[in-house]
Amino acid sequence: MKRNAAPRDFWFWTTLVIAALFILFLVYPLFSLFASSFVDAETGSLTLSHYATFFKKKYYFRALFNSMSVTACVTVLAVLIGAPMAYLTSAFNIRGKKTLDILIIISMLSPPFIGAYSWILLGGRSGLITTFFDEMLGIRTPTIYGFTGILLVLTLKLYPFVYLYVSGALKSIDDSLSEAAESLGCGPLKKVFTIVLPLITPTVLAAALLVFMNALADFGTPMLIGEGFVVMPVLIYSEFVSEMGGQANFAAALATIMVVITCLIFLGQKYVVNKKSFTMSALRPMMPISLPPLQNAFAHVFIYGLVFLSIVPQITVIYTSFMKTRGAMFVPGFSLESYTTIFDKLGTAITNTYLFGLAAIAIIIVLGMFIAYLSTRRRNLITSIIDTFTMFPYIIPGSVLGITLLLAFNEPPLVLSGTATIIILAFVVRRLPYTLRSSAAILYQISPSIEEASISLGCSPMKTFFKVTAIMMLPGVMAGAILSWITVINELSASVILYTGGTRTMSVSIYTEVIRASYGTAAALSSILTLTTVVSLLIFFKLTGSKDLSL
Amino acid sequence: MSVSIHVQNVVKRYGQTTIIPDLSVDIENGEFFTLLGPSGCGKTTLLRMIAGFNSIEAGTILFDDQVINAIPAHKRNIGMVFQNYAVFPHLTVRKNVEYGLQFRALSKQERDERVEDILKTVRIEEYQDRLPERLSGGQQQRVALARAIVVHPNVLLMDEPLSNLDAKLRVEMRAAIRDIQKKVGITTVYVTHDQEEALCISDRIAVMREGVIQQIDAPQVIYSRPFNTFVATFIGHSNLFETTLSGQELRFTPDYSVDLGALLREGAGEGRATTGVRPEEFCLSTSDRGLVASIAKVTFLGRYVNYEIDFKEAKLLPEQASIEFSQDIGTAKTLYKTGDVIRLAVNPEKINVFTESGESLMHGVHR
Repeated sequence: MKRNAAPRDFWFWTTLVIAALFILFLVYPLFSLFASSFVDAETGSLTLSHYATFFKKKYYFRALFNSMSVTACVTVLAVLIGAPMAYLTSAFNIRGKKTLDILIIISMLSPPFIGAYSWILLGGRSGLITTFFDEMLGIRTPTIYGFTGILLVLTLKLYPFVYLYVSGALKSIDDSLSEAAESLGCGPLKKVFTIVLPLITPTVLAAALLVFMNALADFGTPMLIGEGFVVMPVLIYSEFVSEMGGQANFAAALATIMVVITCLIFLGQKYVVNKKSFTMSALRPMMPISLPPLQNAFAHVFIYGLVFLSIVPQITVIYTSFMKTRGAMFVPGFSLESYTTIFDKLGTAITNTYLFGLAAIAIIIVLGMFIAYLSTRRRNLITSIIDTFTMFPYIIPGSVLGITLLLAFNEPPLVLSGTATIIILAFVVRRLPYTLRSSAAILYQISPSIEEASISLGCSPMKTFFKVTAIMMLPGVMAGAILSWITVINELSASVILYTGGTRTMSVSIYTEVIRASYGTAAALSSILTLTTVVSLLIFFKLTGSKDLSL
Repeated sequence: MSVSIHVQNVVKRYGQTTIIPDLSVDIENGEFFTLLGPSGCGKTTLLRMIAGFNSIEAGTILFDDQVINAIPAHKRNIGMVFQNYAVFPHLTVRKNVEYGLQFRALSKQERDERVEDILKTVRIEEYQDRLPERLSGGQQQRVALARAIVVHPNVLLMDEPLSNLDAKLRVEMRAAIRDIQKKVGITTVYVTHDQEEALCISDRIAVMREGVIQQIDAPQVIYSRPFNTFVATFIGHSNLFETTLSGQELRFTPDYSVDLGALLREGAGEGRATTGVRPEEFCLSTSDRGLVASIAKVTFLGRYVNYEIDFKEAKLLPEQASIEFSQDIGTAKTLYKTGDVIRLAVNPEKINVFTESGESLMHGVHR
């Protein structure tokens, strides 16, 4: 009998299998990406020339500058909109708050490129608003393409993150804190700046990071509406696509630069938040009060106006999907021909989306539960490393992940390019965190003694996991899995690099249809995608019994 | 069936810190044995080593004559009751109780009989189809107890099972636990930090401190003849005096001493000694001999009055939380108020004398 040896139990083997999967599908591809960025394609020797080219040529360097400037502006605007909005809806009575919240969540979870595409339909060269102002009033509206368009679309798409995060933080501030401040002679406005603002600062920072990362990594929006304003993800994509067949080393170098930047920002934010954060929970959360009539009117106009702007893309796509088309043009009158066209021509895109999505979700649920269990209950060196790996999707933009997987699995021994497997793989890597985090969150609420009780009664640790722990985890797991699902079916930036004719999904098809200016079919597909998202979201609300969403 | 437990020279370490340096204890078959000590003394650690949830760094633990060190927890045939009940929330009361039986080769009939039987014993029969969330804390703990006993474990391990219950329920449940344990006759190891609970429930108590057992004995012995000053002050209250011993005479002040007769162990020695006197071991002096004290604070507790007092002459050990004298309301002639001066005598048959380093000098007292 061996004493003191590490137990070779079920969890030991699970840890090994998961670690192996991560090494094969994440660490090895990333490593080979970084390595190939230092390789000269023709001679095969080590070189820094790709990096030199990037920093020397103004065209390339410009993309980095563009990315940073538009992302910074989006982040600032999103905070300036989201935080006050959260304060207004938490502190004061706003009519229809629940409906507004649902609309905000819907607009947040729809793919951003649908936003870009709708705003082109409205404010683009031959858009509704542009034509209206031009023909009726003779006014030339400012162009929506380039910096302005990206800023508009991404801000409207991303401020909900700030809004939801800050609303959550405000809910955790106990009313007694604010009453204590008042009893000490602090006026209402001063209270906001001396008590409320400092307490929500870590949350605002966390939300700002999320906005920054999302805006920096987004590919669909700048690709559709950016035109001459080239940003990093678009540059990476175009360099990679134009180099396919030849060498992809320059694109790899661009991707590496991108990952280094996101890494630094991520670590910097972690450092700041760790230094400033504290935990709060409110027994008696803030109760909303009524504003005086004038201020009340202003607050309502501000909030309703913003929510309307955020939901405009969804309204536009659903409306235009029922419009008659001739070729790529919309003509007066309504019909279902856009829908019949997509079912004829793009039916596989729809079935692919659901098939790949469900396969990915199944894997995500299994992995999410196991990894959550390992990292909360079996903390050791390997499980901590696995836990760190799962943070990668936060810092690796989708397009970079797409290139990474394609480069790694393009040649023997493991050829996955062009298969459904590689798309499902990208889905799993990118969207696992939602399920993982909600699984871990619910595990922290389950006392370990429940498992020990089962083991003490003669049930082995593995059986205990399936008979007791897994069942108790289910509500949390399912809530996370629905978020994973919604974001899987809306995924574009990795799949647009990985798809081939047979494996295209709805979001890829929408993108290609928009590029081909076939707006009717794009609208019909977008409507189906939006509908699926809304239905999934309603199931999520039903399941969790709340309107709270943690992303 | 029920076994004796032998813990031999067991060591527990977490990284660099040693929780239990070297501990041995023998628990008899069918005994109700309590591990009592302040938080962090290693009592739960030891219990979890017996259960199999903590590794054993050195030493051996035996059930009867079988070494169990390498047997995983789920094969040790134990029953465990947890502080937070750990009732499976997704199973009904009956399913909870049945849970452990599915891992044992039993006929359906025997399984049902056992479940019916235990549901009756712990008096939760009427709730058997309910989900745990609809039970009170006390009822949930009964379910946990039934679930642990129904598998006929070798030993029953209980980790502070009553500390989440309110005071009244705690008293009720500890009587129930005691009755049920005696009825099924299972070797039981019980962990608690509540001395009153330990005193009233146990056959024997092991008082622990910093991973070391200070004394093992029956509750009344632990209380009346503590092995050292830690036990004397941890269990109940003891006022510690600086005294001098010469032969059988124990001197508190130049004019007050008592004769201990044969209560001291042989060769107890001469010179300085620490004497522990419990609040109820004082009585009001009927002569002009005694220890003069003034009353600093009066606390009325119903059956007793508790006085915090300041002694005029008698020397006390420093750093004691309070110096107390208590009076039984039933027999007290006068009650005192703050500022009153009284003269106290000690009951020489009850008090305990310790060496200056704190070990008992009384006859027949052992670890």
